[in-house]
Amino acid sequence: MWEVMKLGGLGLLILYGALGTGLARDEAFLAHSVIILLVASGLFLWQLRRWGEPAPVVDETVYMDGVIRAGVIATAFWGVVGFAAGVFIALQLAWPQLNFEWAQGYLNFGRLRPLHTSAVIFAFGGNALIATAFYVVQRTSAARLWGGNLAWFVFWGYQIFIVMAAVGYILGSTQGQEYAEPEWLPDLWLTVVWLAFLAVFLGTLVRRREKHIYVANWFYLAFIVTVAMLHVVNNIALPVSIWGSRSVPVWSGVQSAMIQWWYGHNAVGFFLTAGFLGMMYYFIPKQAERPVYSYKLSIIHFWALIFLYIWAGPHHLHYTALPDWAQTLGMTFSIMLWMPSWGGMINGLMTLSGAWDKLRTDPVIRMMVVAVGFYGMATFEGPMMSIKTVNALSHYTDWTIGHVHSGALGWNGMITFGALYYLVPKLWQREGLYSLRLVSWHFWLATIGIVLYAAAMWVTGIMEGLMWREVDAQGFLVNSFADTVAAKFPMYVVRALGGGMFLLGAVIMCYNLWKTVTSVGVKRPAGAAVPAE
Amino acid sequence: METYTALRAFADSWHLLFMFLFFIGMVIFIFRPGSRKVHDETANMIFRNDDRPQAPSSDDEDRPRGRTESEAR
Repeated sequence: MWEVMKLGGLGLLILYGALGTGLARDEAFLAHSVIILLVASGLFLWQLRRWGEPAPVVDETVYMDGVIRAGVIATAFWGVVGFAAGVFIALQLAWPQLNFEWAQGYLNFGRLRPLHTSAVIFAFGGNALIATAFYVVQRTSAARLWGGNLAWFVFWGYQIFIVMAAVGYILGSTQGQEYAEPEWLPDLWLTVVWLAFLAVFLGTLVRRREKHIYVANWFYLAFIVTVAMLHVVNNIALPVSIWGSRSVPVWSGVQSAMIQWWYGHNAVGFFLTAGFLGMMYYFIPKQAERPVYSYKLSIIHFWALIFLYIWAGPHHLHYTALPDWAQTLGMTFSIMLWMPSWGGMINGLMTLSGAWDKLRTDPVIRMMVVAVGFYGMATFEGPMMSIKTVNALSHYTDWTIGHVHSGALGWNGMITFGALYYLVPKLWQREGLYSLRLVSWHFWLATIGIVLYAAAMWVTGIMEGLMWREVDAQGFLVNSFADTVAAKFPMYVVRALGGGMFLLGAVIMCYNLWKTVTSVGVKRPAGAAVPAE
Repeated sequence: METYTALRAFADSWHLLFMFLFFIGMVIFIFRPGSRKVHDETANMIFRNDDRPQAPSSDDEDRPRGRTESEAR
């Protein structure tokens, strides 16, 4: 029965994709139809060939690590793709000639920028979050993932979403909302995948054999639930046609702007913060081989963070049509966020108390500690920039871009690299990493790259903010917009250099992880049985 | 009353109070007597069950604990 239903569902998808290739109203939808048609046909054939085969026996006494291994590979792959796209668009800003004439309308800055942001946030960060969530929830629940192959559906479904979104951007299908660019069809698909992710995660928690739910799981769960809510509310839209990628949003005017930034800021707060804090609370104690500094503080951190973050969105709309009280509310909550953010940072850093010597010998833990340091720095800078008077200078300048990157490269990037270095030897049962020297190289390239990036953006951001507001004795503006663009050139070159170093570090990591899997000896299972407590 | 006004009035009165009390209650709860033992135990839970899930009944200790190669993918 279940098999017939699966085949039927795939048949309907094939029909939809096939009709779409003929009836598509735009290039992007045509590409999406082809993707649907190919994937659904392939799955249909695969399903049909397995008809009547007995269901594979699942060994409940081992963890489901295959899907996590795939997630680790996907994270590293999309990371390099996303960083490379970022370096390329940074070069395009410095040298506009790189917006090639022959690729106009496809590979120019406007099309590639959402490709870069989505690739690093959703493809690199998202895969890292899904993979680590599956890893952590199994280990801290002492139970195998719930739902059998549903975890594989989450993995592959998510990759299909990424490819659909990326192809859409290149071909011009976008809602024009930051971090929510994908149109209705990929949006609907992501909703399905995300609910499956939630089901796998919750199902595993329900089956747990440990009495308590470890704090990392709370952060992961908040991330999954909140992202589901944000994604659905911000993307409520009516498709113009079910054969075209355009849709009309239900929200309009200032409500639309507010909902977009409620979404946008909480994408930062729950996707890039809560989820990655889940990583911090598991991988730093594991790598340091010490329990988290204060478990009580971690609980307060959790509740304070999720109570406050959800209100901070309006600071993206200072001095706009948004009512003043809402702007002030957003600013106030952003400033209050200092507390939980720094509480969490202190908790992460102090986990090393009594083990600080590990910083000298273990470049992986160095990476994690620098990540937490950047978390503290970015969450100091953010509230400061949300203060209206500061925002009057910083808004619309490159300072914002610098802030985002010290958070994304420093915090999200570095903690993910640390987690990957931890996970690969574990997942492939290797003795250890191939080369700690290469980890050190990666560490320094990435750290210096981020410093160059952030410093260049501070200088250029404050400079252009000051140039925009400069008036002469008669009250006329002194600088034209093009003057600021010309003045920014050297900083743009430095930024591209910093990004290039970060990319090079990531490539070194991929080589190191590859060699770890292919040429490091298999770890012998520990001889003596360790009794469970 | 208009929906917006009603929701707003609810949000800045009863719901605000609820969240405030919830938060205070949470803080008091985690500092309750005896919580240290629970928290120490929970914070250290990540150091076990690293290689395989716990058996359905955790008292059959003599099962072999090595990792099997036949992991279902």
